Amino acid sequence: MSTHKHSNGMAVSPLTPGRRRWLRFKQNRRGYFSLLVFSVFFALSLGAEFISNDKPVLVIYQDHYYFPLFRAYPETTFGGVFATETDYKDPYFQELMEASGGRAFFPINRHRYDTINFDLAVPVPSPPTRDNLLGTDDRGRDVLARLLYGFRLSVLFGLGLTIVGTATGILFGAIQGYFGGKTDLFFQRFIEIWGSMPELYLLIIFASIFKPSLLLLLVLLSLFSWMGLSDYVRAEFLKGRNMDYVKAARALGVSNPVIMFRHLLPNGMTPVITFLPFRVSAAILALTSLDFLGLGVPPSTPSLGELLAQGKANIEAWWLSLSTFLVLVGTLMLLIFIGEALREAFDPRRR
Amino acid sequence: MSSDNKPLVRARNLTRHFDVSPPFLNRVLEGKQRQFVKAVENIDFDIARGETFALVGESGCGKTTVARMLVGLERPTSGSMEFDGTDIALLKTRREMRQYRRRMQMIFQDPYASLNPRWRVMSIVAEPIRSFGTVKGNDAVRARVFKLLRQVGLGEDDAYNYPHEFSGGQRQRIAIARALATRPEFVVCDEPTSALDVSVQAQILNLMKRLQKELGLSYLLITHDLAVVHHIASRVGVMYLGHLCESADTRTIFSAPRHPYTKLLLETLPDLSMQGRQRVPMAGEVPSPMNPPSGCVFHPRCPYAMEICKKKLPERQNVGHELVACHAYQAEK
Repeated sequence: MSTHKHSNGMAVSPLTPGRRRWLRFKQNRRGYFSLLVFSVFFALSLGAEFISNDKPVLVIYQDHYYFPLFRAYPETTFGGVFATETDYKDPYFQELMEASGGRAFFPINRHRYDTINFDLAVPVPSPPTRDNLLGTDDRGRDVLARLLYGFRLSVLFGLGLTIVGTATGILFGAIQGYFGGKTDLFFQRFIEIWGSMPELYLLIIFASIFKPSLLLLLVLLSLFSWMGLSDYVRAEFLKGRNMDYVKAARALGVSNPVIMFRHLLPNGMTPVITFLPFRVSAAILALTSLDFLGLGVPPSTPSLGELLAQGKANIEAWWLSLSTFLVLVGTLMLLIFIGEALREAFDPRRR
Repeated sequence: MSSDNKPLVRARNLTRHFDVSPPFLNRVLEGKQRQFVKAVENIDFDIARGETFALVGESGCGKTTVARMLVGLERPTSGSMEFDGTDIALLKTRREMRQYRRRMQMIFQDPYASLNPRWRVMSIVAEPIRSFGTVKGNDAVRARVFKLLRQVGLGEDDAYNYPHEFSGGQRQRIAIARALATRPEFVVCDEPTSALDVSVQAQILNLMKRLQKELGLSYLLITHDLAVVHHIASRVGVMYLGHLCESADTRTIFSAPRHPYTKLLLETLPDLSMQGRQRVPMAGEVPSPMNPPSGCVFHPRCPYAMEICKKKLPERQNVGHELVACHAYQAEK
């Protein structure tokens, strides 16, 4: 980006359409900063194990380096009694360390999403303390840790669902739009039937038949999430296939898949890209609502929806609902700001 | 043009109808009939190697449909089109069609629309090369593209620019370079100059002429511009409402036209010698090809129309290797 001078928005020759759009996206400060902030948080959450964990990142014991995050060490390694894995939160471990002059480096937050704090002074859910910065939930698990891991899971799930749904939508829309005629008619009727299936009821039924898992959720939601997009891609392809350069390519003997995905798709990507952030936010919201209803991820998985449900069940524990609310709203808002900036950047009327 | 030489392209009774019927339900419920646009009706023509055959006619007369059928963008409803002895109308699979596609290419009317705006010239010109794999290896492809660009009068540096950085004439040169990329023998030019400025038209036509001489190309030129025909074509076919009225050498067409429609077309040409002479304006509108007039399709506008013209479609008549379809001409003889 930096090699190009940006002469007040004018399309000087070497600006590719993509680069021009990126520059226009950057001009929208709100969207651009939202993207930066979101990326930073997402990157941090990807390294959640190093930020919030009940195992030390590094143990120096008798001049040896140990990395408990990546390997399980039995207690005997550090001069303990049992051959089972070390419980690093146990005061006994600290005694061992002090006795031998070893050192253990813990992450900033000494809780994993499923670590239960047994040393609480008050009944759970317990309010914020120096140990649990955002308090604990009703099973004594650290809220901050659960939010961090829950945010990661939500975003990853959202991205996964978006990628699967977008790919399917593009494929269906491309086939419909490019071949048109009977193919289009058949697919369109199929989509109408498929779209009229009650999604939520199907989810509830499946949740009662199968053991709930993230993969199952991903598959079930993917079955329905592609339909809106395929319409847009279809429209773009219908428009594009009558372009002269597509006819030219056909007359030149270029194969159908090549025309579809090298000529038409790049020109039909505008709705796809514009919708991406909105789709991610919709997917996150879908996962959260399903979790809130108890139809989502299996128990003990960190999830924003489950935290919200706990907040509702323990209305006096304000730290549960408030913190989860802020994380959820923050995430969705950042995504929507990014989406708006993208939409503006791709708007053909704004040259 | 030796007559004993087999023509490169030979079309016989070439016909294309478009189904424009209302949807099935409407036909059943509202009692509507099936409807067809008769875009091309029983057309015959030969194109010899190295010659330029021009198809002329008003817009909507079906000349572009002929071009699109030849390069495989449309399938003929009936009739045959032979390319180098093989009837390509009978080829069913893409694979069979492919080897002929390489040998005939097309230049489109609007160079602003026929080049993908997102691709650099390099990729545009290289596309047919890569598609047919005529040249292997990236360096070889690049060298071939450079050679093609030089051939059409562009520079090598132009390969790294986007289409929108070029003028209309330059874009048409790029389109020509792309069409020549697979070393075709036959090039269909669909109004190659009509989207260009008059000052540029001659340049493109001269380029086409030069390339024809250098590479031994045959052209099918689709145009409504008689000046272009005069400049470049060796033979001319005149189309009206899907029918071929007359085909003859360019010189014959311009000096001794046989069909009344050709005569009327030539009337529209402004030239110095007809100063002061009253022009005969062509009467009437072009009828709809969905519902063409009975008999000879030209009879409602024809100054020589007779009774038989309303009833019977005139048969094609060979005059030497030339051809005319007109009752009046027949009667005159």
